[in-house]
Amino acid sequence: MLEVRDLTVAYGKLVALRQVSLSLGAGELLGVVGPNGSGKSTLIRAITRLVRPLGGYIRLDGKELGSLSQRELARWAAVVPQRPYLPDVFTVLEVALMGRTPHLGLLQSEGRADLAAVRRALEQTDTWQLAGRRMGELSGGERQRVVVARALAQETPLLLLDEPTAHLDMGHQAAVLDLVRQLCRGEGKAGLAAIHDLSLASQYCDRLVMLNEGRIVGEGEPEEVLSPQLLASVYGTRVSVFSHPLTGRPVVTPMSGDSRAGLEARGSVGTFRS
Amino acid sequence: MRLFGSAARVEPSPEAAFAALLGRALWPRLAVGLGALLGAAMLAAAIGPADIPADATARIILSRLPGVSLADSLPQSWRDIVWEVRLPRVVMAGLVGATLALSGATYQAVFRNPLADPYLIGVAAGAGLGATAVIVSPLDYTVGGVSLVPLAAFGGALTAVALAYALARVGRTVPTVTLILAGVAISSIATSAMSFLMINNSQRVHTTLTWILGGFNLSEWGKLWWVLPYVLPAAFIILLYGRILNVLQLDEEQAQQLGVNVERVKLLLLGAASLAAAAAVSVSGIIGFVGLIVPHAVRLIWGPDYRQLLPMSMVLGGAFLILADLLARTVNSPSEIPVGIITAFCGAPFFLYLLRMRQRAVF
Repeated sequence: MLEVRDLTVAYGKLVALRQVSLSLGAGELLGVVGPNGSGKSTLIRAITRLVRPLGGYIRLDGKELGSLSQRELARWAAVVPQRPYLPDVFTVLEVALMGRTPHLGLLQSEGRADLAAVRRALEQTDTWQLAGRRMGELSGGERQRVVVARALAQETPLLLLDEPTAHLDMGHQAAVLDLVRQLCRGEGKAGLAAIHDLSLASQYCDRLVMLNEGRIVGEGEPEEVLSPQLLASVYGTRVSVFSHPLTGRPVVTPMSGDSRAGLEARGSVGTFRS
Repeated sequence: MRLFGSAARVEPSPEAAFAALLGRALWPRLAVGLGALLGAAMLAAAIGPADIPADATARIILSRLPGVSLADSLPQSWRDIVWEVRLPRVVMAGLVGATLALSGATYQAVFRNPLADPYLIGVAAGAGLGATAVIVSPLDYTVGGVSLVPLAAFGGALTAVALAYALARVGRTVPTVTLILAGVAISSIATSAMSFLMINNSQRVHTTLTWILGGFNLSEWGKLWWVLPYVLPAAFIILLYGRILNVLQLDEEQAQQLGVNVERVKLLLLGAASLAAAAAVSVSGIIGFVGLIVPHAVRLIWGPDYRQLLPMSMVLGGAFLILADLLARTVNSPSEIPVGIITAFCGAPFFLYLLRMRQRAVF
């Protein structure tokens, strides 16, 4: 579905991505993790052609990104941006309907099929009851779900999410990621999510790619990528990695110097010794 | 517009929101707007120094319809006054008002700044300079009956809008402060160049001066051809883009990710809005604030959806300028005052109010 090969992107002299290669198939949820400024957002911007790569290529279903029009591209990939600006006076329904933009010609206005797609998207994100409300009246969690609804209304095979859970409380984080995972597993979408929170990424994603300073430094299943050694070198701090008691997926927490001694005394597994 | 989430406010149900959308609430609004436009036009056609009864005015206009003869018993002078003097003026004012309001709304949408207006950002002055340059030149400025003045005005308008955009742009946004400053600077340069051209071409100074002062006192049916060939295609293009302009109200990256070719749309619509504004300026001179007041009033009443904001701005802009022109020729009768004075009198306080309310901006 998505194939990125040797992608290099720079903003002026600042190189944001260096020779990044990854691929993503239908039904899969890939988590992109890494510290601030590691290139997670740039990767998503490059896939939606907001920045032009210096080298390498991106293909969607075998088609070179440059050969697609902006509209075709938006029928392939929908984005949930990190902190999108949404005018307060727009209603939830109006924002969600904007997801239909790439499906509508200049002379068309939204028809029943578009309304049906939007209704489904709003119901999936549990925002249907908010349809008539204005964006300015929503909480942060509700806003984020509306943005996800807009991306779903776009009905694309590929879903790109830039920190979809930042600024959300735990309940909403789980709700959003549950939905994304269900869309991948159930509807065969390919999902790529830049996620800050390593434990969340580990619980929800099938595979992880870890970026550091624009390079891929780890790739594979969460258990492989989230090793204390790699995390310590990438984040420059000591961390503990546990296994989740039910899922077996790694859980990562940073460690203060004080607590480190205590954890070691209780024989916790995987503690990194510097 | 801040909305207060009081508990008493009735929440629109999702079904109702959907139904409203399917019903396309534009049509009833448009009917109201067209009613206002027609009312303003009738009022303006019926009032004037020659005391022609309102019913006679109506009969004279209706008798122009094929197969209707209601005005045969009325004096020829009445018929001439209504049909050849008042009505061209009313139609021209309506057309120019609609055009200015439409182009103002378009600038506001593309710049994503509610204070953009052809007058305030210097486009009107730029168009004026272009038009003056042609009027004072010794050459004949019509080719096959079509005047070159609107084209020259278009050149001036495009230069002005490009300058305003380049000067006012900070990163990816166009902040109000820089936009207004750029507009002031561009207007001053263009108007001083206009004065210079006039002083150096004293043989045509009278023609130019009457034109610059603006207004519709020289309107005749033939002048419609100065405007329509430019305004109709421009308006057609702009109206097609209502839905895309809504998407453009998000940031440009989101619009791009939703499939909008942002740079191309901006270029096309700024071009169309400037062409329309230039054509309006070339027949009526520089009339300020119509493009500011009217779209804002529409926004306050019916909300920010450009699909209805653009057509509603057109009909209400037409009605507004017809009434302003009616005032311009009646308040100080028998002498006229320039219609730009009336619009500035309404518009400038409104502009200050908007500037003050910027913190609680409409969008």
